[in-house]
Amino acid sequence: MYIEIKNVSKIYNQSPNNNQKALDGANLSIEKGEFICLLGPSGCGKTTLLNLLAGFEKPSEGSITIDGKPVEKPSIKHVTIFQNYGLLPWRTVQGNVQLGLESLGLDKKDIKEIADEYIELVGLGEFKKHHPYQLSGGMQQRVAIARALAVDPDIVFMDEPFGALDALTRMKMQEEVSNIWQKKKKTIIFVTHDIDESVYLADRIVIMTAYPGRIKSIINVPLARKRDRTHPDFLRIRDRVFAEFEMKQKDTIEYYL
Amino acid sequence: MKTDLGRLCMGTLRKTNMEKTAKTNSGKIKNNINMGKIRKPVNTFIGLLLLIAVWGGIVLSNKYDRSLFPSPIDVLSGMKELIADGTLFAHIQTSMLRFILGYSTAIVCGIILGLILGWFRKLWEIIDPIVQVLRPVSPIAWFPFIVLWFGIGDIPAIVIIFIAAFYPVLLSTVSSVGKVDQTYLKVAKNFGLKQAQVFYKIIFPAAFPHIATGLHIALGSAWVFLVAGEMVGAQSGLGFLIIDARNNLRSDLVLAGIIFIGISGLLLDKAIGMLEKWIGKNWGILPNERGI
Repeated sequence: MYIEIKNVSKIYNQSPNNNQKALDGANLSIEKGEFICLLGPSGCGKTTLLNLLAGFEKPSEGSITIDGKPVEKPSIKHVTIFQNYGLLPWRTVQGNVQLGLESLGLDKKDIKEIADEYIELVGLGEFKKHHPYQLSGGMQQRVAIARALAVDPDIVFMDEPFGALDALTRMKMQEEVSNIWQKKKKTIIFVTHDIDESVYLADRIVIMTAYPGRIKSIINVPLARKRDRTHPDFLRIRDRVFAEFEMKQKDTIEYYL
Repeated sequence: MKTDLGRLCMGTLRKTNMEKTAKTNSGKIKNNINMGKIRKPVNTFIGLLLLIAVWGGIVLSNKYDRSLFPSPIDVLSGMKELIADGTLFAHIQTSMLRFILGYSTAIVCGIILGLILGWFRKLWEIIDPIVQVLRPVSPIAWFPFIVLWFGIGDIPAIVIIFIAAFYPVLLSTVSSVGKVDQTYLKVAKNFGLKQAQVFYKIIFPAAFPHIATGLHIALGSAWVFLVAGEMVGAQSGLGFLIIDARNNLRSDLVLAGIIFIGISGLLLDKAIGMLEKWIGKNWGILPNERGI
């Protein structure tokens, strides 16, 4: 397995008597090139798990290995995309996309070329010289995606990346991420609380529940890309996810014959 | 990915929307500036006129000796005199040179130390109490030591300007480092930036708009103490001009000197105000976020 999560727990010591167990005994294996969605309500530990995988935090118990090596600190091979984009406001679109490339020790010319290529990939060619504040939320998130992909990472972590976008922009972005994933063959681990989003994007949906944060179950999504949100198969999987969260109304209609 | 309706929506629609808001925004700003341009000189003129009228009235009442309370006309001719014989220009030049030396050294030291102390919080917790004790001490209080250590001449004034400007720069830098968005630091870590790069690629630019406010405050306080410094320890400069005029019992020149100090200070303030606007623009801060 490419990523191995074994019995991982994370406890935040807020005070001696108040230990928040954000994540409790998580086990998960992820293959290279998989698109995984971590789905659950707030407090289910999905962002905690992502932070642990990305190396921003360390597990209190258990172990996480990527490609056989334990995760100790963040790496340029595993890039995270944040909900609030994390763009540097004083840099232009181009400058932001170049940020990661600058620490790879490339020539100035190569840096520029690669950055421009990825800016084109996300369709922002004409906005190269704009500052982030001049762009819409969706466009800003595209910049963040271009910046992450430009350094050619093995894994992309996405932490509710479309949480701040309106519904239509969100769907459009989901489509693009799905396309990019097919094209670039990255392993993507995507945190969301949106059921439709997870069914649209994931190969496997990891369903998590809160207090304490646990992995409840894993649902396979054996649908071909590009997925149709209105197809009966899509709706069937969506139904299953709803059922997992016990949000599906029991059939209580009485039938008279 | 490059075709289809969604992209059109994202690209074209949003662009036009953006342009629209940009247009209305710039329209509003233009409007404000225009109104300001018409209103401000008129108000300034009214204010000046009032001041001169009250001043002239008191002089005309003949209650005070002219050598103790010069008339507006005396002061005006004094100003002419200072400009004509070139002393004013020479004094301003010396003062400005001292000011620039003291102020820029303070900026460099304040920012570098501030970045380091702001980053290593534990260290700042140790230094902070010392700074809090030293900060309220007027730079002039250091004057005896300054003369003993640095002698007389240009250096005492420069050191006093340095002390006056240093604390505001240091404190604003330390506090702005603490306010840097954690996401930026996560991004920096993620992309493998080295510690030095984190300082000059992330922390300094992220903190800079806030540091600029400190620079503005420091400029004001440094200009105040430039004159004080020159009054106690120099043989040239705007402060000395005033002392010299007093020693010659020329109250008209004292007041003329005061007016020139005020005007120079105002011009410096405007200059740094323009720098702040430039920073706002180039640092990607929305104009309306800065209350324009």
